[in-house]
Amino acid sequence: MALARTDSRSEVDLLAIVCLLPSLLYVIVMFVYPFLYGVYASLRPLKGDAWSIKNYVAFFTDPYQYTTIKTTFALALPNSVVVVLLALFFAYGMRRGIWMERTITTILVLPISLGVIFLSEGILGFYGTNGWLNQMLLGADIIKEPLELTHNFIGVILSLFMQNFPFCFLMLLGYISGIDPSLEHSARMLGAGPWTIFRRVMLPLIAPGLLIAFALVFVMSFAVFPSAVMVGQPAGSTRTISIAAYQQAFELYDMSYASAVAVIMGLCQLGALIVIILVRRRMTIATTMGVGKR
Amino acid sequence: MRNRTWKLVIYIFLLGFILNLVGIVSHVVVSAFAKRWFGKPLPPAFTTDWFSYAWTNFELGQVLFITLFIALAVVFIALAIGFPAAYILARRNFRAKPVLLLMYFLPLLIPQMTYGIPLATTLYKFGVGGTVLGVILAVLVPMVPLAVFILLPFFEQISLNLEWSASMLGASRLQIFYRVLLPLMVPGILTTGLLVLVNTISNFELAFLLSGGGSQTLVVALYYNVFAGGVRPVYSIDAMAVIYMVMVMSVLLVALRFVRPTQMVFRLDQTRR
Repeated sequence: MALARTDSRSEVDLLAIVCLLPSLLYVIVMFVYPFLYGVYASLRPLKGDAWSIKNYVAFFTDPYQYTTIKTTFALALPNSVVVVLLALFFAYGMRRGIWMERTITTILVLPISLGVIFLSEGILGFYGTNGWLNQMLLGADIIKEPLELTHNFIGVILSLFMQNFPFCFLMLLGYISGIDPSLEHSARMLGAGPWTIFRRVMLPLIAPGLLIAFALVFVMSFAVFPSAVMVGQPAGSTRTISIAAYQQAFELYDMSYASAVAVIMGLCQLGALIVIILVRRRMTIATTMGVGKR
Repeated sequence: MRNRTWKLVIYIFLLGFILNLVGIVSHVVVSAFAKRWFGKPLPPAFTTDWFSYAWTNFELGQVLFITLFIALAVVFIALAIGFPAAYILARRNFRAKPVLLLMYFLPLLIPQMTYGIPLATTLYKFGVGGTVLGVILAVLVPMVPLAVFILLPFFEQISLNLEWSASMLGASRLQIFYRVLLPLMVPGILTTGLLVLVNTISNFELAFLLSGGGSQTLVVALYYNVFAGGVRPVYSIDAMAVIYMVMVMSVLLVALRFVRPTQMVFRLDQTRR
């Protein structure tokens, strides 16, 4: 890798421009432009032709709409916290490899690749009132009434977990197993116990990756759409903000309002990202200070 | 002793998760082969009729053809655009590079539902929304950056000395590309192609927002049928889900010969490049 970097002269010639231009144009035309157009469209409501923040006012004065933010947070936040903590626990435990690791990680890739639609269909069958889980529990006399696990809040959490846990776990496993094991060895040689090694050596090294993983999982689950519709209760307890945006766009055909909802959704995600970046910056200072004091 | 308890906890949890997953997947498979199934652990009789039912009633032949067409088009274009960009990003240093990398990074970071709605609005305005072209154009938005980021480390592994030696021996730029870079990049191109293929087949959000009557991919058609629920027998929907699963898993099996599972997800150190 170092070899490729030897050519450090700053050069932008014709070849570089020709090579970069197609992909760059693509990202600008298909990603940056629609984004800006969305912001523009949200400020130009259908009926009036003047600039107006009517859509945003409408969103924040209508409880049916603005409660979707709360609903989405209520789904995304607990899910991301649990997913990241569990993934950290298991990825840390597996950092030096375990028996059948390749098989286990291969199986964990499945839910990521199959996608949320297939998983939700399976969850409907497996966790449904007549599903295998309820039959098993009823058969073993553990419960008297079948558990209501689908078409509600729990169903969406289940579906999000099945999708996000493997993703976060594999991310952290790749990250943690890349940390130089000699650091841990030195700490152990100097007499640190397992907890001290985790707390004072490994955690500060993992923290930056951990926060990015948290940000990714949070942002992903904040945009939850298909599982909120399929295994949730899209008209009630799991009406997330992306459902609100979708309804405006494709059921009421009000693209301007839909763009406004999409912008609000984007701003919520951006806000969460900024908070995480601030925490991360603070943490890095704290760890360097910790090193300085010793 | 303590170490052993720790390992046991890990195995029990992962086993639980995997059993759960196997339960979810096999419930769909069993249901696809069930004649009638209600309130019993296993259906009393099995049949393959639901596959032919699904094939004719959901027009699966056409849906599969469109899915494959879209997926192959996306793989081809993503590689064609991403390959030269990854080469320059791996080989050159220039001042705008961090900004460029961030720009390629954003479509992967921001959820598809968030930028999908403004993107769909724009594409419908230009009349390509609801067509096969619209789906291809939209799905390419995250796939081009994905291709760039998967190809980058492969380029970085090829020593620059090889290019220098080739040019010293009188090879032109074009010859270096065909005789040196391309042969060495075959594993990178295969890996990228397979991962983009899997991600395109299973991409839901963008394909869903952009697809119309004749341009539904398999996973979008599956969603509509699950959502419509009750209209079609659930067994036929599960038969369709099984066909989708077989499609994804066969690409995945080939892909896993080239990549480690931890490479299938986002790389957390990507931003540090």
